[in-house]
Amino acid sequence: MDTIFAQATAPGKAGVAIVRLSGPDSWTAVESLCGAVPAPRVASLRTVKGSTGVLDEALVLVFEAGASFTGERVAEFQVHGSSAVVAAVLSELSGLDGLRPADPGEFTRRALENGCLDLAQVEGLADLIDAETEAQRQQAQRVLAGELGRRAEEWRRDLIRAAALLEATIDFADEDVPEDVTPEVSLLIGKVTDSLRAEIAGVGIAERVRTGFEVAIVGAPNVGKSTLLNALAGRDAAITSEVAGTTRDVIEVRMDLAGLPVSVLDTAGIRETEDVVERIGVDRAIERARSSDVRVFLTETGDVEGLPVLDDDIVLFAKADVFGEREGAVSGVTGFGVDWLVSELRRKLVERVGRGGVATRERHRLAMERAVVDLDRAVAFFDVGSENFDLVAEELRSAVRALESLVGRVDVEALLDDIFSSFCIGK
Amino acid sequence: MKHSDVDVIVIGGGHAGCEAGAASARLGARTILVTLKRDGIGVMSCNPAIGGLGKGHLVREIDALDGVMGRVADAAGIQFRLLNRRKGPAVQGPRAQADRKIYRHTMLVEMENTENLRVLEGEVTDLLMKDGSVAGVVLADGSEIPAPSVVLTTGTFLRGVIHIGDECRSGGRMGDKPSIKLAERLDGFGLAMGRLKTGTPPRLDGRTIDWDQLDRQPGDEDPVLFSFLSRKVSAPQISCGITHTNDKTHDIIRSNLNRSAMYGGHIDGVGPRYCPSIEDKVVRFSEKNSHQVFLEPEGIEDHTVYPNGISTSLPVDVQEDYVRSIRGLEQVRILQPGYAIEYDYVDPRSLNTQLELRAVPGLFLAGQINGTTGYEEAAAQGLVAGLNAGLGALRREPVTFSRTQSYIGVMVDDLTSRGVTEPYRMFTSRAEFRLSLRADNADQRLTPIGMDLGCVGPDRVAVFTEKMDRLNSGKDILTRDGYTPNDISRIGVKVSNDGVRRTMFDLLAFPNVRLGDLEPLDDRVGSIDSEIGVQLERDALYANYVQRQEKDFAALKRDEQEIIPDDFDFQGLSGLSNELKSKLVRLRPENLMQAGRVEGMTPAALSLLLSRLRRLKTDRAS
Repeated sequence: MDTIFAQATAPGKAGVAIVRLSGPDSWTAVESLCGAVPAPRVASLRTVKGSTGVLDEALVLVFEAGASFTGERVAEFQVHGSSAVVAAVLSELSGLDGLRPADPGEFTRRALENGCLDLAQVEGLADLIDAETEAQRQQAQRVLAGELGRRAEEWRRDLIRAAALLEATIDFADEDVPEDVTPEVSLLIGKVTDSLRAEIAGVGIAERVRTGFEVAIVGAPNVGKSTLLNALAGRDAAITSEVAGTTRDVIEVRMDLAGLPVSVLDTAGIRETEDVVERIGVDRAIERARSSDVRVFLTETGDVEGLPVLDDDIVLFAKADVFGEREGAVSGVTGFGVDWLVSELRRKLVERVGRGGVATRERHRLAMERAVVDLDRAVAFFDVGSENFDLVAEELRSAVRALESLVGRVDVEALLDDIFSSFCIGK
Repeated sequence: MKHSDVDVIVIGGGHAGCEAGAASARLGARTILVTLKRDGIGVMSCNPAIGGLGKGHLVREIDALDGVMGRVADAAGIQFRLLNRRKGPAVQGPRAQADRKIYRHTMLVEMENTENLRVLEGEVTDLLMKDGSVAGVVLADGSEIPAPSVVLTTGTFLRGVIHIGDECRSGGRMGDKPSIKLAERLDGFGLAMGRLKTGTPPRLDGRTIDWDQLDRQPGDEDPVLFSFLSRKVSAPQISCGITHTNDKTHDIIRSNLNRSAMYGGHIDGVGPRYCPSIEDKVVRFSEKNSHQVFLEPEGIEDHTVYPNGISTSLPVDVQEDYVRSIRGLEQVRILQPGYAIEYDYVDPRSLNTQLELRAVPGLFLAGQINGTTGYEEAAAQGLVAGLNAGLGALRREPVTFSRTQSYIGVMVDDLTSRGVTEPYRMFTSRAEFRLSLRADNADQRLTPIGMDLGCVGPDRVAVFTEKMDRLNSGKDILTRDGYTPNDISRIGVKVSNDGVRRTMFDLLAFPNVRLGDLEPLDDRVGSIDSEIGVQLERDALYANYVQRQEKDFAALKRDEQEIIPDDFDFQGLSGLSNELKSKLVRLRPENLMQAGRVEGMTPAALSLLLSRLRRLKTDRAS
């Protein structure tokens, strides 16, 4: 049985964050991070040390099997509630043997299986797990939106193709299937492995952590988006003019917005257009705006088109200098409402700090690392020759399973679809 | 056996029916197998071959449970080939061309010699019912046979329609009569049904084939048989011929497409993608200007040849034209035209994992009627249905086969939880634990289960026990001592100098290390016979993988064993969305593993389900 861990408190900035472990190795984990294991049920102050040095001072609690929430050996780290600390502890735990991040609802499932919960308790917990799952789904979606999502899509396609080619030579050996799939499979596995390695090395995820938040300014053409960006940036970053459709691509300005690293995106005005170049700009605008953390909608009429307005979004009346200075209006020309916008953005973004999915990223990183190990082994077997195709296929299957949280579930039907559409099977 | 004390009635004497009848009889259940004609027992209605990839695994598993298919195929085999010989042993599948006549004859003898089994010629026209459960059958002459379990294995007989070009007529296989009345009885149960199609090629007169022009495909020099009990081939061995379609063939087919039943819009059923008609091949893969055709003799004393690869529903005159455009077949005579057949199948999601209809206790379905294709798939289902029909009649606990344990389990789970969209065929890629579920260890996986059930005869018990003894002592020799890297490099095996002691079993997992290479380490290795040696080499090769999969294995098995009772009230499960509830009510997952696969299932919902199951269990226990 694996030992599982997860942040047990709500993600985000808080006074204290609790990281909970359950399973046979949970005490050993305490030992390797804090030295001595405290007496069961006695809260003790410990220094948590990781491979990079001291992580935090934490209150550590352990419970014996049979006398814990899950019925297994349990340990809890009560650390300071900063997402950096939590991320460091989670990362340290995932490096330990026999430990892995918990799946959604897994603590509850274990408790249930060990007879530690009755039905009423589970029903009460169900809402909580649902919320937890929904939050994870949203986090995962956010992390997957944009570049990583596109890559995951490519990985999925390439891995399915590679597995399908292999399975075709295995399951249809007696048919007219080209025997030598080696070059294409090698190429596909190599491509995915390189891309995964780049992602792990931080070209992707860490990059996004560094870039911080994205705020997109969206609205109809010539509503003053670029002017507002310039006002926010305090310099002429975007070209402004009075010709509608001037901004045909996405312009991105990094700034420090009241202490937070933020990229503000100025997007092409959203409208129906015959102009091919502008059309591309509009599509790109919509796509980027979708994956942004917050969207600032500028409108003259109060109506918003092209994109749904989400909870955290801000809708403002444009051109307060022309249409009048009132509540909920802004002007990049006079600066009216800009201060309010900055403080409102800050308020919303601070709320989001930590909600950015530290755990999700950690989970994805682990998944990618496991997949790379599998794929490397697959390549090694592949080089030996066809007598090892069954092992190559197994490593591929294992890699795809590891990446499930990123690329989605790959069923045997997906492979068969690919096989039957590519090869004339059937004697 | 009087008609009054029958435990199990099997309807149909095809591959599913024979295996079902024999299985329930082996358990000690008094069984009657009703077939239209004695001659119809064990008929191969499609190509004259048994086994192949995935399918060969199924035959081995049937054999491990002392079923009949493996032994009969060994007796009838006229060409044995182990497919994927150059790939890993986990994906190797035994296959054999079979002599139709020997197969039929051997199967009939097998049925007639099975204790507790009686073959009865007759037509079942209706089922006897009592309180919603099946209670026996009614024959065409009006006589009734009561029995608590009935296994229905009527293949494509349900509203079967045969198409040759724009001609069509109702019927099952060529020459058989359809069973309309029985179909109406099934309709009365209100089961979900679907329509499938399949096709066959024209049968050729081998005496009119110019074999000298053709490439030949011989069998393996060291034939690998199906049954763990068989030691050598018994029928004379033959080669198959290989030829190819060409541009002219394709032109003829293309210009007559509108006359094909499939392309002329006469057929609604869905055909198998892995067994397309020649029309399909020409249309869908138009860039290929040639397709392989295997010319498979149907028997030693039979001049009929089965041209594998050109099944069709074109009219007879077009079939003649295109067949004669193929090299070697210029003068060929068609003995029986190819045809497509459409038939109804019962959505297998109406079945539980014992292959019993959930709505009709005591009525089991097996074979093509469940939407599968292939003799082996049919036989394996027959085995499952027959065993459970017998166990039910004897008032014993049912048996369920796990995905983690057998291809049989994979198939039954796939069918009953996912249903089918095209005729279901086994592939090795369907088995996620493929490396453990090998054809060579089917006996180790299943014979002990069969012994517990009491469906394995004394001969097999003896052979199996003796083999396990040899295997265990062989394994013991290989795992007893550990050797240092120094010892190991002395026998010429490269190993990192890490100070780790390795057993000979560990070393066998290294590429290119064979058992013989290890003899210098311990001369007892020489005492391991070759059959056991091969088995140990394979076990060692996959040992690391089997270990790695164990966690997945355990998790799946755990969920598989959380059985959801048939009368479970999904509606009353508070905390689930109505959408999810209605899906669960419709799909009726039988265990937690199947429930987990229902679309939209969340961990919270699964926990709820599990907790309710636990509650039910404690309530029932107290």
